[in-house]
Amino acid sequence: MEMDTNGAGTSSAAAGGGGVSTSTSDSSSAAKRNSKKPKYSRFTQQELPACKPILTPGLVITTFTIIGIIFIPIGLVSLSASEHVVEIVDRYDEGCVPPNYSKNKLAYIQSSLTNKSCTRTLNVPKLMKSPVFIYYQLDNFYQNHRRYVKSRSDKQLRSKAYERDTKSCDPEGFVLDGPIVPCGLIAWSLFNDTYGFSVKSKMLEVNKKNIAWDSDKEHKFGSDVYPKNFQSGGLIGGAKLNSSIPLSEQEDLIVWMRTAALPTFRKLYGRIEEDLQANEQITVVIQNNYNTYSFGGKKKLVLSTTSWIGGKNDFLGIAYITVGGLCLFLAVSFILLYVIKPRPLGDPSYLSWNRSPSGHPN
Amino acid sequence: MELHNNNNTCTTFDISRGSSLVQDKLSKSRRVRNKSVDFDDNLLYSGNPRLIYINDPRRTNDKYEFTGNEIRTSKYTLITFLPKNLFIQFHRVAYLYFLAIAALNQLPPLAVFGRTVSLFPLLFVLCVTAIKDGYEDWRRHRSDRNENNREALVLQLGGFRLKKWKKIRAGEVVKIHAHETIPCDMVLLGTSDPSGLAYIQTMNLDGESNLKTRYARQETASSVFEGCNVTGLIRCEQPNRNIYEFTANMEFNEQKFPLSQSNIVLRGCQLKNTDWIIGVVVYAGQETKAMLNSAVSPAKRSKLESYMNRETLWLSIFLLVMCSVVAVGMGLWLHRHKDKLDTLPYYRKRYLTNGKDKGKTYRYYGIPMETFFSLLSSIIVFQIMIPISLYITMELVRLGQSYFMIEDKHMYDSNSGSRFQCRSLNINEDLGQVRYVFSDKTGTLTENKMEFRNASVHGKNYGSSNLTDDLSEEHNIRAVLRSRWKLKSEISIDSELLDMLHKDLPGDERIAAHEFFLTLAACNTVIPIVSQDTSSGHGRSESWEDVEAIDYQGESPDEQALVSAASAYGYTLFERTSGHIVVDINGNKLRLDVLGLHEFDSVRKRMSVVIRFPNNTVKVLVKGADTSMFSILAKDTERDDQIRQATQSHLTEYSSVGLRTLVVAAKDLTDAELELWQCRYEDASTSLVDRAAKLRQTAALVECNLNLLGATAIEDKLQDGVPEAIEALRQAGIKVWVLTGDKQETAISIGLSCKLLTADMQQIIINGNSEEECRNLLADAKTRHGVQSSNRKKQNLKRKKNSENGYLDILDDTKSSNVLQRLAGREELAVRAPLALIIDGNSLVYILEKDLESELFSIATSCRVVLCCRVAPLQKAGIVDLIKSRTDDMTLAIGDGANDVSMIQMADVGVGICGQEGRQAVMASDFAMGQFRFLKRLLLVHGHWNYQRVGYLVLYNFYRNAVFVLMLFWYILCTAFSTTSALTDWSSVFYSVIYTSVPTIVVGILDKDLSHRTLLQYPKLYGAGHRHEAYNLQLFWITMIDTLWQSLVLFYIPLFMYKESSIDIWSMGSLWTIAVVVLVNIHLAMDIRRWVFITHVAVWGSIMITYACMVVLDSIPIFPNYWTIYHLATSPTYWLTILLIIIVALLPRFLVKVVHQIFWPSDIQIAREAEILR
Repeated sequence: MEMDTNGAGTSSAAAGGGGVSTSTSDSSSAAKRNSKKPKYSRFTQQELPACKPILTPGLVITTFTIIGIIFIPIGLVSLSASEHVVEIVDRYDEGCVPPNYSKNKLAYIQSSLTNKSCTRTLNVPKLMKSPVFIYYQLDNFYQNHRRYVKSRSDKQLRSKAYERDTKSCDPEGFVLDGPIVPCGLIAWSLFNDTYGFSVKSKMLEVNKKNIAWDSDKEHKFGSDVYPKNFQSGGLIGGAKLNSSIPLSEQEDLIVWMRTAALPTFRKLYGRIEEDLQANEQITVVIQNNYNTYSFGGKKKLVLSTTSWIGGKNDFLGIAYITVGGLCLFLAVSFILLYVIKPRPLGDPSYLSWNRSPSGHPN
Repeated sequence: MELHNNNNTCTTFDISRGSSLVQDKLSKSRRVRNKSVDFDDNLLYSGNPRLIYINDPRRTNDKYEFTGNEIRTSKYTLITFLPKNLFIQFHRVAYLYFLAIAALNQLPPLAVFGRTVSLFPLLFVLCVTAIKDGYEDWRRHRSDRNENNREALVLQLGGFRLKKWKKIRAGEVVKIHAHETIPCDMVLLGTSDPSGLAYIQTMNLDGESNLKTRYARQETASSVFEGCNVTGLIRCEQPNRNIYEFTANMEFNEQKFPLSQSNIVLRGCQLKNTDWIIGVVVYAGQETKAMLNSAVSPAKRSKLESYMNRETLWLSIFLLVMCSVVAVGMGLWLHRHKDKLDTLPYYRKRYLTNGKDKGKTYRYYGIPMETFFSLLSSIIVFQIMIPISLYITMELVRLGQSYFMIEDKHMYDSNSGSRFQCRSLNINEDLGQVRYVFSDKTGTLTENKMEFRNASVHGKNYGSSNLTDDLSEEHNIRAVLRSRWKLKSEISIDSELLDMLHKDLPGDERIAAHEFFLTLAACNTVIPIVSQDTSSGHGRSESWEDVEAIDYQGESPDEQALVSAASAYGYTLFERTSGHIVVDINGNKLRLDVLGLHEFDSVRKRMSVVIRFPNNTVKVLVKGADTSMFSILAKDTERDDQIRQATQSHLTEYSSVGLRTLVVAAKDLTDAELELWQCRYEDASTSLVDRAAKLRQTAALVECNLNLLGATAIEDKLQDGVPEAIEALRQAGIKVWVLTGDKQETAISIGLSCKLLTADMQQIIINGNSEEECRNLLADAKTRHGVQSSNRKKQNLKRKKNSENGYLDILDDTKSSNVLQRLAGREELAVRAPLALIIDGNSLVYILEKDLESELFSIATSCRVVLCCRVAPLQKAGIVDLIKSRTDDMTLAIGDGANDVSMIQMADVGVGICGQEGRQAVMASDFAMGQFRFLKRLLLVHGHWNYQRVGYLVLYNFYRNAVFVLMLFWYILCTAFSTTSALTDWSSVFYSVIYTSVPTIVVGILDKDLSHRTLLQYPKLYGAGHRHEAYNLQLFWITMIDTLWQSLVLFYIPLFMYKESSIDIWSMGSLWTIAVVVLVNIHLAMDIRRWVFITHVAVWGSIMITYACMVVLDSIPIFPNYWTIYHLATSPTYWLTILLIIIVALLPRFLVKVVHQIFWPSDIQIAREAEILR
């Protein structure tokens, strides 16, 4: 009955040691008894040289001031960088549906007979220096949905040898003729609106080269992998791919397959490598093919220049200025506080038992 | 063992009754005591003896399957290792949680992480533990193998031949030579000593270094000498773990005689001072007493850990809430989109391609099921909300803390050469919150090194008080010169008494003195070890070549002191065998036959020996506790009465100065008495049933009508630094209770000398002999000293609990009672003297069993000091339980003897003193150390550090995991509730295992708020632990609010920054990974109070390693996140975002911290400023 303590105390048995059983080691440890005295070292005595930071008023005020001094300039610089970015955003998903279809947009977009062309005019507010980046922006499109993100086969994209590796792509993995290349929902839903730009009836050339990451082109998308059975199923999700071009050169696909982090996202479409003058009218001919109507997503066309902070974004600048300002304010308030109500640091008379009204309790 | 001390005058009540009562109480409180210390008399012979045929192992092992001598302490073999180890590991709830999560993840609809990834944490932990277990077991295997393959001489084929230990079987006859270890439990048959005497050292068994004597029965000793062919039969009890008892009898050469504990040698002991012994194996291998005793004491759980579990419950509630939000969101989303689920570009529930599966659904089981699955998969994603890794982290941290406690040179006892020991790794932080210390007295507060101080002989007091040191030195030399025996210890001698002994005039006084010292020399169980070497450092011994050094080895330090004293007065015991002793009386050798010995027991509380003088007179010599002796003295003459009264007044005098007293008496036995006694004694000592009781009855035959010879007084010296340590503990708000087996007067005097009691204290003494008396005493004490009733007290406690952190709340009981009294309008008592409660074991019997318990509790807790005297071992546990069951306060018990074991195991923290009284206490303890005064450092310094460290560690780990999980949660709300994680699978798993684990461990081991000097200078700083300052519910909630803020910052700053941008999910994930790792590490860095080199390496190294891991993970092309970090790192926005996150997230925390430290500085903070800035 008492033996079960042996079984139950498993974890503690290790700590408790073998007890009496190992008499050999016991006797040898008895012999070592005299050498048992702990050797002195600053490490074992926990007396290593150490930095012991303490929040003195000076340190606190300095910290806040330094943060303020660093943050405000950064904020100003980023704000001005953001101001210099010129951005044109045009939402066209509604405007590009002919009025007679406005009640039934879905039918319009799903029909293969309707004319999907649509012409928009954009006004350039300020000089846009080349390169001008062209983005399409989708809204309410959950590219980060778990079923969507996982619906791809990186092995298949990389090499022809893994062509049949489509398990993770279901239900967009196989057709009767064999595996779909590239498989999965992501590729299937490839964006297929196209844009043509002209200024004063002069076509602007759109450079669609190098819009994807070089690393993706070189290592993730194989140059021997060609589209196969793509968009041949019952339901067409988006763009079709030219099956004579290897995936590594299908840059639109590569861009699309870097799935976006948030449900509202932009993707690079191309670049216009000329300056756009202020107040110029840009005519855009849009092939409005992509179906976002089924889930109420918006489509926007974005033309934007760039700066060192990326696109237009005032948040960074404002945040930095706010935080910097707050810290400076705090620094000042602490200076005032220390002046109004100073407390001598490390004064033993402030210890609770020296302060308590009933005096020495013991 | 205090139980064996003659002078441990336990109690006058029936011990068995007392203990059974307490035992009932213990079982009531459902605490299982460790059976290894169960010395109850339940081992008495039952009808099923074990039969050992001497030198006939085949017959012995024929009927009963006795185990062989092979031992196995290892748990596993090569084959059973994997299944058994896994089975044992999965006993831990944490691992089951891991397993359940991993199993969930294997289900196709739930696969959130990749299969291998999700198994990684579990496999990692299992592997680490398995390797650790495997290594330990390998070491055990190795030591087992060494042990089993040792060789011993075994009687085989008519001669002694070497045989491996593991082959030895019960019934075989084994011969052991000097300094060899005994392979199994054996009954002695013969020794090199003609009288059958053997000396053994039992260090491995009970840690006592002195030699013990064992005897071979004369009957067998002679025949073993004659020839090798011995046969016989031993009937002995079944194997048990009581190393202090053995009951058996032997049939040998047609004779039947009893065997007892003194006839058996146990495995693990070593043979000393004896050339060889021959014995027969009775218990072998696992059945030996040593092996049966190797079980470890039950594991304790730390209190902080149980609070932590309460908060873990809160975390699980958060977890469930979050998962439900996700699940409900998922359900609603699916419901809203239920018509579009096949046409959404990002959701497809059905195969639409032309294939064999066309039309089937794909991982879609209807909205309710999907909702449910969503719940499960979000549990998988949020799993680290429950900080399972915290348990492993805490184990590692405690290991490190223990290392530093062990290595602390201030806790090394150079006298005994013993280091501090951490025997339990679970309760380091409890040391920082101890409120009650229960201390044993003998050997704990005192050194248990006895010194003979005074003697009262024939009604006359001879003492040392009037002697100067010089004089005693001189006398000492004289004594040495005269006696030619050199003692290891030196004793001051009263010249008057010495002179009287050497006057040759006859007279009562002279005879009494003679018999007095003869009794001291003869009535004991001390073994004299005579050694010839004269090379000891004493200058004067060099001129005396023939001086023999003599060392007295004995189980009781009192007896050693008495024998040494007798020797100093010229009565030197120098030879002892089982049949006789030889005493050197001033150069004349006197050989005395020992006819019988009644050993000390706690009922009689005396010991007697019957000896025959050379002139054939027979005397019985008795010594014992005063309470038990005065009742059995002869009552005749007036003269005797006078002596008795004088002696009694001397005794009171002695005990009032803290000396331990014994009364010595003797009488002559007539032939008739002798015959009757001899007959009964023979009968009783061969009896197998109730031998102890029968011997007790026999003893009563001779222990009566004794002539009082005198009394002795022995000083029990206080250990170094005890008063200082007690004072410091008291200042720290710790209550010290002393529980001792000593008498009331002795206890009080020791209390005074160690500054536990002070003169200005009002003493409440409770020593009732009946329930009614105790009740009255208690009630009287309550009214007189204005102690509030117990339910009032409870309210008070409740209030205390409610305002755990209220700074000025009543934390001291005196203060609290003051407040209450003021409320009760009894202002005249508001300022009153501190109380001290002195209570004896007798009253405790009545109190602990009755409803008086709560009365006692209310009185005891309002007293500053409590002394319990004459308490039995189990009562000690009962008192600890009284406090433990009625308060939340932490209790610590400290003791050194077997009688403290129950108390040590009962208390929250058990501390053993490795002293003179063996290792029982150490074996049962959680911590062991050499001196009582180390307790001060253990609690005030290490306890404080450990508590602060572990408290912070727990909070930080909660924060660290929760901030990560919350960040994931906010993101999931942006992914149509689909439990997507932006972080890569590997990063999610590595987060708590690699990215952030090392710094918390390092900080948990090395961080230090205050130096040990400051902590010892201001013992009151210890109050931080009592106030739960480092870990409490309020702190938990503050931490959680901070966590919420930080997670929102973590999530929303990148969200605003990259709103309407082309950022992809892996870049975002990478940013979040780095941001959260940097954030939690800087958060930690902000709270570190001592930066040493290792801390820098751990904190900044972790960030570096995280980056390295990210780079490696992003350099593997098969991952979709390929090359992400390289792209990000070139963008200044990325770096600015991280900087902004860190500053904004930590700003509130920093601000609160600064404001708190300036306006509401804690004691620790002030002391820290004082330490660093001044």
